[in-house]
Amino acid sequence: MPIVTYRDALNQALREEMQHDDRVFLMGEEVGEYNGAYKVSRGLLDQFGPMRVVDTPIAELGFAGIGVGAAMVGLRPIIEFMTWNFALLALDQVVNAAAKMLYMSNGQFPIPMVFRGPNGAALQLSAQHSQAWESWLAHIPGLKVVTPATPYDAKGLLKSAIRDENPVVFLEGEMLYNTKGEVPEGEEILIPLGKAERKRQGEHCSVIAHGKTVLIAIQVADALAKEGINLDVIDLRTIRPMDVEAIAESVKKTNRAVVVEEGWEMCGVGAQVVDYIQRECFDFLDAPVLRVHQADVPMPYAKNLERAAKPDAQKLTAAVRKVLYLE
Amino acid sequence: MAKKPPKSTSSKSNSELNHSFLRSMLLQRRFEERAAEAYALGKIGGFCHLYIGQEAISTGALSVLRPDDYVVTAYRDHGQALARGMTPRSVMAELFGRRDGCAGGKGGSMHLFDAKLNFLGGHGIVGGHIPLATGVAFAIKYRGGDQVCLCFFGEAAVNIGAFHEALNMAGLWKVPAVFIIENNRYGMGTEVSRAMANEDVNARAATYNIPAESVDAQDVFAVRDAVTRAVDRARAEKTPTLLEMRTYRFMGHSMSDAVSGTYRTKAELEQEMRRDPIILLHNRMTEAGEIDDAAYAKLDDEIKVEVQDAWDFADASPEPELEELYKNVVVESLVTSH
Ligand SMILES: Cc1ncc(C[n+]2csc(CCOP(=O)(O)OP(=O)(O)O)c2C)c(N)n1
Ligand SMILES: [Mg+2]
Repeated sequence: MPIVTYRDALNQALREEMQHDDRVFLMGEEVGEYNGAYKVSRGLLDQFGPMRVVDTPIAELGFAGIGVGAAMVGLRPIIEFMTWNFALLALDQVVNAAAKMLYMSNGQFPIPMVFRGPNGAALQLSAQHSQAWESWLAHIPGLKVVTPATPYDAKGLLKSAIRDENPVVFLEGEMLYNTKGEVPEGEEILIPLGKAERKRQGEHCSVIAHGKTVLIAIQVADALAKEGINLDVIDLRTIRPMDVEAIAESVKKTNRAVVVEEGWEMCGVGAQVVDYIQRECFDFLDAPVLRVHQADVPMPYAKNLERAAKPDAQKLTAAVRKVLYLE
Repeated sequence: MAKKPPKSTSSKSNSELNHSFLRSMLLQRRFEERAAEAYALGKIGGFCHLYIGQEAISTGALSVLRPDDYVVTAYRDHGQALARGMTPRSVMAELFGRRDGCAGGKGGSMHLFDAKLNFLGGHGIVGGHIPLATGVAFAIKYRGGDQVCLCFFGEAAVNIGAFHEALNMAGLWKVPAVFIIENNRYGMGTEVSRAMANEDVNARAATYNIPAESVDAQDVFAVRDAVTRAVDRARAEKTPTLLEMRTYRFMGHSMSDAVSGTYRTKAELEQEMRRDPIILLHNRMTEAGEIDDAAYAKLDDEIKVEVQDAWDFADASPEPELEELYKNVVVESLVTSH
């Protein structure tokens, strides 16, 4: 099977869906002539032309709303944010327009569109450029929120997101674009939204992760396996709707869980996961569920502080050991 | 189409001013050349946007200000920080992410701050700081002061809502802000004509009833003159001004962007580099007999020593203490100080 980067897997998804449906277009900053700030849209302008690959001014609120308007009358826009930090400027359109249009119009105006771009901290980009927004967005009824961790998932989930009849928020990992994985050629991959996937099989403790933290969870699982500790790594893949069954099935088996995420603790994704666990698995738990997340501070620039602020393998390992009463 | 920028008409160009301008611009240039080197060595990380080519704007504009005036700018902020009087040591240490940096290593290249110099920061979200400038100017008027607030941003920021909202209210309420567009013709890889329906800055300003001017910003005196007129108007009449500084960035957008060959040609870059603001001033001073080769070399050497000192200082400065991670998230004291 061909080995493809996360970036190119997304590119394949965009290309295939634009070929498949001529109502699909891509709009955003530097998506065309520059081939994308992170080169996700490389070659698309050449193939599809400037009507379908549209370079915008720096005007997030405006072009997000333009996407919603186009969706209201039958197009299927893909709006790229250079990063989700800048999408904050567009949240009014995402939340007040896209997410609610179907409901406010009592079903008359579906908004089949995708808002996508890199999310989460990269390296030393400091406070305004290092943020993970999934818990904010997952709060909103009317949106679907997707966080692919691998190239395969990135492709299959993006294709499904583009075909979905709802506004889908698609959060790519800025640090994942260069990661590689198997992506089959000439085969239609459509991964249903709302389905988690077990990335490692184990009986001692569940680790529930999404996006970039799935790679951390896999790393920790592989390391601990050598010590005979087997983790059940559940990749949520979609935050909203959340695959509660997959979480419950795993925790009922392992009786222990750690939830890891890039974002902050307060009202984070992990808080929701823990709520589901206490509701669904109360009688199965052998230890309190722990969470691993970013320190409760804006991201600092200095290398050592940034390292201390971010969730990592060491912190996750410590939490797992604690849940297993090994420490 | 926009009008041709007016020629500099300054008669104030005495030799002393020339020397201080040359020094200020050369310091920024040599500082950033070394910052680029430090970036390549991994001593600086993240985003690092160089100002090389645009130094006449910071130097000319900030030469007009009083110490009690205010400055707010975007992420391309090294030049303005130095021109405002922040030490190369404190800026370099910030770029290195060290304890002695102007923000203790927490901000980095894009977020330089110095409250003592009324330097209200480098800001990373395009256009996000423009309303802050209107707010600072509002506070000046509120308190009955005669200071001004200078706000710097790129031409691409003019397309974002925050710019329009901030300028409308500045024009409506007549507050002493000077909005300075640094038009280097590109917002990342997007040339201005691909992003603006109307490139005429005067038309934009007229919408908000604000006076405007376009300036050849490779000429430090043209910058100084235009900013002087704007600042005088702001102090005396509480009228905001929009200034378009026509310039060019000689480096890539940030350290990860190609200098030329993708969205702009090498020929264009070379053409523009002939109008290097430092060379223009140096030539002018040479013609006027104000500087000779030996004096220029001496000045340059002094500056290089100063920048090397900043590098050594930054390199020797320790990393921030780990407890710093949790400090200054919120104000801890319960009593506000007056
Ligand atoms: C709201 C927002 N959108 C996108 C970005 C990414 N970005 C950073 S700088 C930049 C280009 C800005 O160009 P300009 O305003 O002309 O300033 P210059 O970099 O030329 O100094 C872009 C798109 C951002 N920081 N903020
Ligand atoms: Mg620009």
